[in-house]
Amino acid sequence: MVAQNVAFWILAIAMAGAAIGVVRSQNVVHAALYLVVVLAGAAAQFILVAAEFVAWVQVLIYIGAIVILFLFGIMLTRAPMRSEGSMDNSQRWAAAVVSLFLFGVVTALFVDAYGGKKIKLSDDLVLIGRSGHIASSIFRDYLVPFEVVSMLLLAALVGAVVIARRD
Amino acid sequence: MALNNFLILSAFLFCTGIYGVLARKNAVLVLMSIELMLNAVNINLVAYSAFHRAVAGQVFALFVITIAAAEVGIGLAIVLLIYRNAHSVDLDDADQLKG
Repeated sequence: MVAQNVAFWILAIAMAGAAIGVVRSQNVVHAALYLVVVLAGAAAQFILVAAEFVAWVQVLIYIGAIVILFLFGIMLTRAPMRSEGSMDNSQRWAAAVVSLFLFGVVTALFVDAYGGKKIKLSDDLVLIGRSGHIASSIFRDYLVPFEVVSMLLLAALVGAVVIARRD
Repeated sequence: MALNNFLILSAFLFCTGIYGVLARKNAVLVLMSIELMLNAVNINLVAYSAFHRAVAGQVFALFVITIAAAEVGIGLAIVLLIYRNAHSVDLDDADQLKG
């Protein structure tokens, strides 16, 4: 229990720092690399609660595919590596106030609703996150949402090709 | 482990993402902030899945990951189109629809 807590806090602090790096960095490529740290930290958090399959899908899809897409996007749009002006617009302070206010409200709600509730880390947790269990849940209970998501993915990919094609 | 640890971490990531969406000018950086927010939701879903000993949270986290991939594909295609037409990915320049 103690080891998991220590691991959680190390990962959480790294993720929080990297998340601030994503929204504060003035270099687009650095922001993408900070995003990798956040996503990898989230995958490690999933492993902490024994959701191994989701953790590895996170690594494959997010770090393997989405970040590469971002790097391609940065490359193709010739985003300034070192900005001439600022990467931020003039509403920076209003945005900070909004996000801090929302964080305060949501945190107060969570503390009020779930204060003292604990995730029991025991062996049965491993059985929930194993891929066979997730697969039977997807293909039995969530078959229709799964098909809808696959149609959505197909439509999105066709749409991306149509939008980005040069005619 | 306290459930609130995960929930507050995810709230922090979500609010950082909101700050990024509101305060960034570069369209690619705005998309990255949206990824931060989607990822925060995934942490929430997986934490609740462990808390309730139910697999549904993890299944929905997988769906969210899928939709995030689709969203980034479309989003970057739109950003490329804006760049091709306006030679800039500055969102303040993309104001053709303004009356």
